[in-house]
Amino acid sequence: MKIVVQREDFDPGAEIAALARETAVGAVASFVGLVRDENEGARVGAMTLEHYPGMTEKAIRAIVGEAMRRWQVRGCTVIHRVGELKPGDRIVLVAVASAHRGDAFAACEFIMDYLKTRAPFWKKEQTAQGERWVEARASDDAAAARWQEPARKAV
Amino acid sequence: MTDTIRVLYFASVREKVGCDAEEIELPAGVTTIAALRAHLRARGGPWAEALGESRALRAAVNQEMVPPTAAVRPGDEVAFFPPVTGG
Repeated sequence: MKIVVQREDFDPGAEIAALARETAVGAVASFVGLVRDENEGARVGAMTLEHYPGMTEKAIRAIVGEAMRRWQVRGCTVIHRVGELKPGDRIVLVAVASAHRGDAFAACEFIMDYLKTRAPFWKKEQTAQGERWVEARASDDAAAARWQEPARKAV
Repeated sequence: MTDTIRVLYFASVREKVGCDAEEIELPAGVTTIAALRAHLRARGGPWAEALGESRALRAAVNQEMVPPTAAVRPGDEVAFFPPVTGG
């Protein structure tokens, strides 16, 4: 499991190749999040990402741990950037290696959905109208809620 | 044994209160996140606004996200921040 929060860019191809090195791996699913040049009707010229050092890495580790409990995961890399980013820049990589595609796809999407609602990062956009903090979306909560396991019945 | 806690503020909360971290003495009777938030809010001005009851805020104790009912104890690291927007 590789979890990194960094200012620098990353190379998705190199990260995927590193996960694919193990011969028991039959599938690597990956997601790359990018800075868009538009949000909520405004042109976005730049974005600053803030995080809670220490807690961020712990929260992502817990999310990946939960994914490994639910699916057959042989390797996982999560890289999230912080600091100033421009439209088109990569923000986040989630890559999951499994024996088969089903586990890789599901675990990758689960990690991304949970990261968006549980890992302490905050985005601030610079637009022509000035700076603004990005508001959390209800659709992200709904995406994360899909993965909730049914409550265990009381005995 | 220390009776202080460390309180951290992030993103819009940090900007509003003009402070990213402080050590405070945990007042007698303040034993939960909700009570600590009310205690800080009572400072008035930007504190009352940033930590206002109508604001959807999240809190963490010792770097774990917790509900408002969670306990706060001397020596803890507590953080207040808006809902997260990474990814």
